[in-house]
Amino acid sequence: MKQFLAFVEKEFYHIFRDKATMLIILLMPIVQVLIFGFAITTDIRDTEVAVCDLSQSMESRELIEKIQAGEYFNVSERLLSPQEADNVFRKGKVKSLIVIPEDFSNRIALNENTAIQIITDGSNPNEANIITGYLQTITAQFAAEQHPAMQPPISFSAETRMLYNPLLKSAFTFVPGVIGLVLMLICTLMTSVSIVREREHGTMEALLVAPSKPLYLIFAKTVPYFVISLFNLAVIILLSIFAFDVPIRGSFMLFIGTSITYIFTSLCLGIFISTVSKTQQIAMIISLMGLMLPTVLLSGLMFPIESMPVVLQGISYLLPARWFIDMGRIIMIKGLGFHYIWIQWAVLTGMAGIFLALSVRGFKVRLD
Amino acid sequence: MGIKSIKQRLLRERKAIQAVNDGYVIQVNDLTKKFGDFTAVDHISFEVRKGEIFGFLGANGAGKTTAIRMLCGLHRPTSGSGMVAGFNICNQQEDIKRNIGYMSQKFSLYNDLRVWENIRLFAGIYGVNENLIAPKTDALLSRLGFMSERNTMVRELPLGWKQKLAFSVAILHDPRIVFLDEPTGGVDPLTRRQFWELIYEAVSRGITVFVTTHYMDEAEYCNRVSMMVDGRIEMLDTPRNLRSHFGVESMEEVFTRIARKATRNDD
Amino acid sequence: MQAKVLKYLLEKEFKQMLRNPIMLPLIIALPLIQLVILPYAATYEIRNIRIAVVDNDHSQASRALEEKIASSNYFRIVLQASTHQEALQCIRAGSAGMAIEIPADFESDLIMNRPVSVYISADAVDGTKAGIGASYLGQIIRNFAEDVVKEKAVKGLIDVVHQPVPAKVEAVPLFRFNPALDYKTYMVPGILAMLLTLVGGILAALNISSERELGTLEQIKVSPVSKFDYLAGKLIPFWIMGLIITLIGLGIAYLLYGLIPKGNVFTLLAFAIIYNMGFTGFGLFISSVAKSQQQAMFIAFFFLLIFFLMGGLFTPVSSMPHWAQYITYLNPTAYLIDAMRLIILKGSRFSDLYPQFWATVSFAVAFNAMALLAFRKTAD
Repeated sequence: MKQFLAFVEKEFYHIFRDKATMLIILLMPIVQVLIFGFAITTDIRDTEVAVCDLSQSMESRELIEKIQAGEYFNVSERLLSPQEADNVFRKGKVKSLIVIPEDFSNRIALNENTAIQIITDGSNPNEANIITGYLQTITAQFAAEQHPAMQPPISFSAETRMLYNPLLKSAFTFVPGVIGLVLMLICTLMTSVSIVREREHGTMEALLVAPSKPLYLIFAKTVPYFVISLFNLAVIILLSIFAFDVPIRGSFMLFIGTSITYIFTSLCLGIFISTVSKTQQIAMIISLMGLMLPTVLLSGLMFPIESMPVVLQGISYLLPARWFIDMGRIIMIKGLGFHYIWIQWAVLTGMAGIFLALSVRGFKVRLD
Repeated sequence: MGIKSIKQRLLRERKAIQAVNDGYVIQVNDLTKKFGDFTAVDHISFEVRKGEIFGFLGANGAGKTTAIRMLCGLHRPTSGSGMVAGFNICNQQEDIKRNIGYMSQKFSLYNDLRVWENIRLFAGIYGVNENLIAPKTDALLSRLGFMSERNTMVRELPLGWKQKLAFSVAILHDPRIVFLDEPTGGVDPLTRRQFWELIYEAVSRGITVFVTTHYMDEAEYCNRVSMMVDGRIEMLDTPRNLRSHFGVESMEEVFTRIARKATRNDD
Repeated sequence: MQAKVLKYLLEKEFKQMLRNPIMLPLIIALPLIQLVILPYAATYEIRNIRIAVVDNDHSQASRALEEKIASSNYFRIVLQASTHQEALQCIRAGSAGMAIEIPADFESDLIMNRPVSVYISADAVDGTKAGIGASYLGQIIRNFAEDVVKEKAVKGLIDVVHQPVPAKVEAVPLFRFNPALDYKTYMVPGILAMLLTLVGGILAALNISSERELGTLEQIKVSPVSKFDYLAGKLIPFWIMGLIITLIGLGIAYLLYGLIPKGNVFTLLAFAIIYNMGFTGFGLFISSVAKSQQQAMFIAFFFLLIFFLMGGLFTPVSSMPHWAQYITYLNPTAYLIDAMRLIILKGSRFSDLYPQFWATVSFAVAFNAMALLAFRKTAD
C-alpha cells in the first residue's frame, strides 16, 4: 500500500508540473459548458433577409415591418428584382429573399387568395426549414389580421405539454453530455497516452519488474486522473446549476455513483488503449479519431440518436458515453431512480469488466 | 547571401582561426547561467587547448549539462564571456554550431531512418558536398566495420553500435571540437574501449574532444580533467596531479572526495 | 535559407512520414471515415420519433389520423396506450419520446365543426427535438383536420356554413442551391475544412514535440541548420499532404454524394492550401512551445474543439449570440468552413470572398510568424 501511495504521489507530481496541461484540464469543462450553453444553438435570431417589394403598397410595407419587428429577422437588403437573389446569397450573409408580387395589395383588398414567394438559401437545410417556417407563420398571422371580423373555418388546437423541460432549455440537454465528453477526455485520452509514454521512454519496464503487480502500478497512474475528473465533475455541476439553472432532480448520490462508474469505465478503456498502442501517437490517434470524434457525434450529445441511420445507431451502443449521457439525463432532468437506469449501468459496468480483462491479457502477453 | 555578408563571415572566420592558432579552442571567463533564482553554472573559467581531450566531470545536478549547452550555443549565458572554436558564445552561436560536433547522452540519430540515410542527412546539414557524401559514408562505415548495416534501420542497432555511429556522424564534417555528453552511458566495457579508440583516432586528426562521463576509468584517458561541484569548477588538472594532490590511488577516490563538498541535491 | 540543406531535410521528413505507421492509414482512412459517417450522424433532421398514442375515440377519424402520423417520416407509433397515465409512463421509461391523446369526441366534433383539442406530451429533455417534434405533429394534425372538413363538405355530409372566410396569403417556399434540402450536401464542405484542420492541428502539433522527446531536436539545434530551413522542411510535407487530402476528399464527395463544386475548383484549392499553410504553422507553434507530445496534443485538441464548435460546422454562426459571433472573427476555421460552403454549394466567385480570403491569409501569416518566433535554436 505504501508503495502504491508512492507511485500515486509521483504521478501527481508529473501532472501538476505540466502547468499548460493542468490549465487546460481545468479550463476545458468551463469552456465547453459555455460553448454548448451559448454558442451551439440552432435558434434563429436576427437572421438577415432581403425583400423585393414589387407591390410598393401599404400592405406590403406592413408585412415587411411585421417581419422586421420580431426578434427573428433583420431586413438588411432591398432588391429591385428577384434575379438578384443569387448574387446576394453568394456573399453569404443574407439567408432568404421575400418577393411580394405586384397585385399583392389589390388581392388583399378584394379578399382573394394571394401568394408571396420565399426564396431561401437551402445550403443549410435545417436553418432553411426553420427560416421558412417562421416566415410562413408571420405571413399567416398577417393574413388573419387583414380581416379581423372573419372566423377561420375550423377551430383546432393542439395542447402541448413539454415534460421535464417546459422552457425547452438546451442546457438540460447538453449538461449531461458535456460531463460525458470531458470525463472521457481526461480519463481515457490522458491515461492512455501517459501509460504509453512511460513505455516509450522505457520507464515502464522498470515499473513492471518492480516487486508488485503490474496492474497495481497502472492503477496508481490512473488515480490522479480520477481525482481531477471528480473535480471537473464538480465544476460542471456547479456551473450548470448556477449559470444555467439545470437542476439535479433525482438523487444526488445516485448521480455521483453513476458518474464514478463511468469514470471507472473510461479509465479501463484508457488502460486498454494503452495496451494495444505501441507509441504515444498511435494512442492519441485511437483516442481522438476512434473515440472522441464518435463520442461528440454519435453519443447523443449533439444529435438525436434515433434520427441516425441504423448502422450508426448500432455503433453508438458501443460508446460508453452514450450510456452515461442517457443515465445523466434520466437522473438529472427526469429525476428518476435506479430502477430506470439499471440497464445502462449494467452495460457500463460490463464494458469496464471487458476492457479490464482485455488489458490484463494484453499485459500478460507483453510480459511473456 | 550578399558579398558584404560573405566578407564579414570570412573576417569572422579569420579571427577564429587566429584564436585557435593561439592554442585555445575553448576559452571561458566567469561563465554564469541562472534559471530564476537558481544558479546552475556559477562563474566558471577555464581553457581547452587544441588537440586536447578534456574531461568534464561532476555529480548529477552539478551543472555540467548546462555548461555544455552554453558552450554549444544551445543556451545564452546569463553573464560572463567565452570563445568556442574562435567564436563568441554570447552572440555567435550559429558560427559555433558550424564548427563543432555534438553528441548527447540521449541517443540522437533518427531511429526511423536507415544508417546511410542518417549519415546523408547530417552530412547535408553540415554542408558536405553532395559528391563527397557517398565516399565519406563508405569510409565511415568501413572504419566502423558497419558496411553490412548500411541499410539497417537505426532503431534495430544495438546501443553500443548506435553510439559509435552517432560519434562518427558527429565528426563527419571535421569539426574543430566535438562535445560528448556522457557518450558511453549504458554501454558494456568492451564497447567503451572501442569507443575510446574512436576518440583517440579523432584526436589524431586534430579534433579537440570535450567529454563528460560518469566512468572514472574514462577520466584517466583524458589529458586534463575538471571537477564541477554546485555549479563551480572545484579542481582542474591532469588526472595524475589530481591523484597526487589528494594522495589517493584512483580517480574514483578523487571524485568522491570532491563531490562530498556538494551541498546541492541531485535532481 | 539554403536550398541545399532544405533538400536533405525534406528527404528526411518524407521518408519519416511514409514510414510512420499511422500516417498512411490516416491519410486515407480519415477522409473516408469522416465523409462517410459524419454527414449521416451530424444532422438536425428529426426522424423516427417514437410516439405513444392514446385513442379515446376509436373512430374512423382517429384511426385515419394515427395512420397519417405513422406514415410520416417523423414518427413511429410504438404503443397504443389505453390511458394517458400509461403513455406518460412510457415516456418516463424512455421507450417513447412523445405521446398524443385523441379526445373521445374527436370525430363528431370535427364533423360538427366544434373546437377540437388533442393533447400532446413531449419528453423535452432534448428541447430541440421536442420542439421540432411537437410542431411537426401539430402540423400533421392540422392538415388532417382541414382535409376531413373539406372531404365531408364535398360529400355533403355537413352543411358548409356560408360565412365569409379570410383569404389566405400563402408563402411559397423555394430553396436555392440545395433544393432537396439534403443535409449531407451541407456537411461535406465543412468536413473537408475539418480534415485540413485535423491534419495541420494534430499531426503538425505532434511533430516537433516528438523530436524533442526523442532527443533528435537537440541534435538539430546544435547544428548550423537555420530555423527557416528546419521549419520549411517540416511544413512543406504537411502542405503536400493537405493538398492530397483535399483532393481525396473532393473525390470521395463526388463518388459518394455526387457533389461537384459549383464554383471554381482553383479558388477552392487556393483557400484550402492557404488555410492548410496557416494551420500547420499553428501546429508547429504549439509543437515548439509544448514540452511533451501529450501536452502538444492536449493544447491542439483544446483549440480545435473550440474552432470546430464555434466555426459553424454544426450550427450556424448567425444563430450564436452577438458576443460569440465576435469571437468567431478570431476563428480561422469559421472563415474556411464558410468559404468552402460558399464555393462548393453556391458557386461563389473569388470576388465574393475577399473578406474570407484576406482573413485566411492573415491567419496564415500570423501563425507562421508565431511558429518562427517561438522556435529558438538558442534558449535564453
